[in-house]
Amino acid sequence: MLTKRIIPCLDIKDGKTVKGVNFVDLKDAGDPVELAEIYSREGADELVFLDITATVEKRKTLVELVTKVASKINIPFTVGGGISTIEDVSVLLKAGADKVSINSSAVKRPELINELAGEFGSQCVVVAIDTRYVDGEHIVHVKGGREATELRTIEWAKEVQERGAGEILLTSMDHDGTKNGFALELTGYLTKLLNIPVIASGGAGTMEHFADIFKEDQADAALAASIFHFKEIAIPDLKQYLLDNDIEMRH
Amino acid sequence: MMKVAIVKYNAGNVQSVIYALNRLGVNPIVTDDPELLQQADKVIFPGVGEASTAMAYLKERGLDQVIVNLKQPVLGICLGLQLMCKHSEEGDVDCLGIFDVDVKRFPANAGVKVPQMGWNKLHHMKGLLFEGLPAESYVYFVHSYYAALSPETAAQSTHAVDFSASLQKDNFYAMQFHPEKSSEAGSVILKNFLEL
Repeated sequence: MLTKRIIPCLDIKDGKTVKGVNFVDLKDAGDPVELAEIYSREGADELVFLDITATVEKRKTLVELVTKVASKINIPFTVGGGISTIEDVSVLLKAGADKVSINSSAVKRPELINELAGEFGSQCVVVAIDTRYVDGEHIVHVKGGREATELRTIEWAKEVQERGAGEILLTSMDHDGTKNGFALELTGYLTKLLNIPVIASGGAGTMEHFADIFKEDQADAALAASIFHFKEIAIPDLKQYLLDNDIEMRH
Repeated sequence: MMKVAIVKYNAGNVQSVIYALNRLGVNPIVTDDPELLQQADKVIFPGVGEASTAMAYLKERGLDQVIVNLKQPVLGICLGLQLMCKHSEEGDVDCLGIFDVDVKRFPANAGVKVPQMGWNKLHHMKGLLFEGLPAESYVYFVHSYYAALSPETAAQSTHAVDFSASLQKDNFYAMQFHPEKSSEAGSVILKNFLEL
């Protein structure tokens, strides 16, 4: 049986990890290559890198970083942030990324999903959806969650699947940063509705939260950042806890 | 120095395979030159893509005949494994026919997601490539099509149906999963292949 996946996420700016990390054994607290190696060694099932670098010139730093990470780790990794063309993706895949994550650019021009799936295969196209509950409806947000769109989350999720996305990374803006648990209801609904995997993101605070989202197949994978960076939860402990709760894990 | 050649064709990107071999101390060449492929000590036939398009590309360049006639150890990965089978439902195409088994699409509505994307367990592993691995090892899969079980199955896994996670016949070895992305277990398998 396919296991549930635990995915640490690193936010990258100008080639360094931001949002803070608390790994005492890191030489440079911001070195994403070292962090990637640590997570990979500790049993992370995949890694996600989100580049929040603003300028085009600094994208070169990202490609160098992807090359370094890919040469060091032997688990799949996804790179996202600022991707809007086939050429952007081609450069990242050649550097060694396995998948790319697109968000605002897909909302702006949904055909991008078809184009990328056609060119590189669905398996490397992750569509990230930032969602917030507004006036009784789940609404897609862009620009890091700051801007509401006209799109309803469930309709958009169905559309991205039809257009050839291989996976959905669903971040609940209502839960992100609260450490009160994942958005169980919406994530579970989409996981059952769709035929592609759904990664839950936003709200992880305790090991129980991961068990909650994996029970009854409410998500295929779960992503978190700060709880791993600040060592509030160690991946080996989390996996053991989930195994003890009868959740299938690679161990 | 061992010569390892990766078959260059239009399917997928091979960077991860190159990095995985680099970590094992090997610097492979990526080529579609029949002579270089024939001269290599080991040949790797990777691939992510669509079966009928890939077969058409191989045939156009005569690489189909080159591959089936190789005498040194050959390792097919992912689409590589599927192309080494008899026939694929993907694009309804006849493949290289090294393994006497057909490739089918995972059933729809069987309660599993297609593509299978993620870590799954290997069972009933046999042969030199799996030496040193625990009885049940987790490896990373990304695929919508599978080779059925056959007498040539060297390891199996389950995703709605039991399927061939690995096939082996004579000098031909193949993995449906990605050893280059399968952490330590994958690294052991690649190392075993290089040591054949």
